[in-house]
Amino acid sequence: MGSRLLLAALAAFAFLHQDLWLWTDGTLVFGFLPAGLAYHVGFSLATAGLWGLAIRFAWPRDLEVDTDSADRERNRAN
Amino acid sequence: MTQFAVICVYLCVLVGLGVASKRAFRGTAQDFFLASRSIGPLVLLLSVFGTSMTAFSLVGSSGESFRIGIGVYGLMASWSGLVHAAVFYFAGIRLWAIGKRHGYTTQIEFFRDRFESRVLALLLFPVLAGLVIPYVLIGLLGAGSVVQSLTQGAFPSAFAATGGGVPLWITGLGICSVVLLYVFVGGLRAAAWANSLQAAIFIVTGIATFLLIASKLGGVEAATQAVQAAHPEKLIRGEAIGPLYFLSYSLIPLSIGMFPHVHQHWLTAKSAASFKPMLVLHPVCLTLVWLPCVLIGVWATSATMPDGSLVVPPGSPVNSELAIMVQRLASPLMGGILGAGILAAIMSSLDSQFLAIGSMFTNDVVAQVLGKRGLSERRKVQVGRWFVGAVAVAAYLVSLSEPRSVFTLGVWCFSGYASLFPIAVAAIYWKRATASGAIASVIATVTLGTFFFHDSGYGSAPGYLFLHMLPVVTMVTVSAGALVVVSLMTRPPAPRTLSKFFPHDRNAYDEE
Repeated sequence: MGSRLLLAALAAFAFLHQDLWLWTDGTLVFGFLPAGLAYHVGFSLATAGLWGLAIRFAWPRDLEVDTDSADRERNRAN
Repeated sequence: MTQFAVICVYLCVLVGLGVASKRAFRGTAQDFFLASRSIGPLVLLLSVFGTSMTAFSLVGSSGESFRIGIGVYGLMASWSGLVHAAVFYFAGIRLWAIGKRHGYTTQIEFFRDRFESRVLALLLFPVLAGLVIPYVLIGLLGAGSVVQSLTQGAFPSAFAATGGGVPLWITGLGICSVVLLYVFVGGLRAAAWANSLQAAIFIVTGIATFLLIASKLGGVEAATQAVQAAHPEKLIRGEAIGPLYFLSYSLIPLSIGMFPHVHQHWLTAKSAASFKPMLVLHPVCLTLVWLPCVLIGVWATSATMPDGSLVVPPGSPVNSELAIMVQRLASPLMGGILGAGILAAIMSSLDSQFLAIGSMFTNDVVAQVLGKRGLSERRKVQVGRWFVGAVAVAAYLVSLSEPRSVFTLGVWCFSGYASLFPIAVAAIYWKRATASGAIASVIATVTLGTFFFHDSGYGSAPGYLFLHMLPVVTMVTVSAGALVVVSLMTRPPAPRTLSKFFPHDRNAYDEE
């Protein structure tokens, strides 16, 4: 998953956040969680999953290399 | 009395932690302000989470859900889980890498070099520091209302005016003193250690509060069913929250990208890999804190005592709903522990906010004014410490004025930071962005923010909207627009600057 795919996934998540279909739904999930709240708790957990995938497939590895070489240069200068 | 004693013991533990962190202090400004960039993944996760959670998340969320219902979770928590992690990924890791590569201590140092402008740096300092003050106030007001409610009736003769509860001015004085003490002694390392401990404490005590209150109300199902019978409108968004209003909250969490205290914690990271747990677990931690608070706030609308009276009586002070539920439904000892947990959330933000302002003042104002004469390492630490003290005193004095809703005040503060976030994005990703564009963006933010804040009665109108949306939508749009238009109208940054900040961009080298 590259950065573009990640951006597309973020856009899809932003769209899914606007759950108009649950706006007036007072059904209780598990007997105590209102449907609108249960949906958004699920949304939060799905977000964690999305970022797990981003770390696996779209991690900016160049930044580690950059700072490692900067460290070496600084140490050499010292 | 027991609650107050438990809270005092907890504050003593924090002072002890600060003293312990002094052993690791190396005496340099880098160590005082950035813990020598040595923080690993777990402490970074907990310290950034602890720093970004304050009275807004505990006291404000329960208070707001008491007023408008379960929609508060979608407004703030689920948006924040998505947007905060995106800001960490797209801005945080890159700002950390740039900071490490070029040795930056504050975000203003980066903006000054990237935009080649001392004027921008001097303009940003009062704006960023000024926006921290209401954020600090949120903490002090939240702490004051929690302790006052929890200790209700404990000191009837000493504090008759507050019903025997410890008044706000004493709580503010106490927590400011404790935070200042451990920040003075150990700098950011002490703050990071304290924040990690406090984040763990307020997550655990939050869940404990939730389970305890639920059991006292006859279980989670009975507690929610009582709301369904008395206030069903609190279990839906309905007319309390319009779709546009709901959508406009997506911009509020962008503020985390410009919080000086969060930026400073990013810079403490040992490596880019330190950010990984933060990306995944930040949304989970948000859920662990916000879900119990929102449910307790909603339950508080309909929860009754055995005699049939409401647990939270009509006309109770703003921000006090959570503390009243704890005070009336838990034992004094448990109330004290839970009170300490709430204070943990509040103080874990205060320490970093104080330190961030001290750091900016030392590095971006004093060091710049002195120029080549500069400041010795020891002097930098001294100046930072004294300015931190001055800010704490100023914030404490302002907190003694009339309290506002913590949630409303928080949203105003976050709107200001969110409107400045386009500058950070442009600085990282858009090489055509110029100093004039960034200055125009700051001016647009300040002008619009001042206008809207004045128009809303200085935060006294909780439902203030512009074009049916939060003012932050207009502020971010105009700020970003000003940045783009003015940048395109002015001369691009020098090729040497571009190659310094866009080393992988071939075009940047080509222009040189």
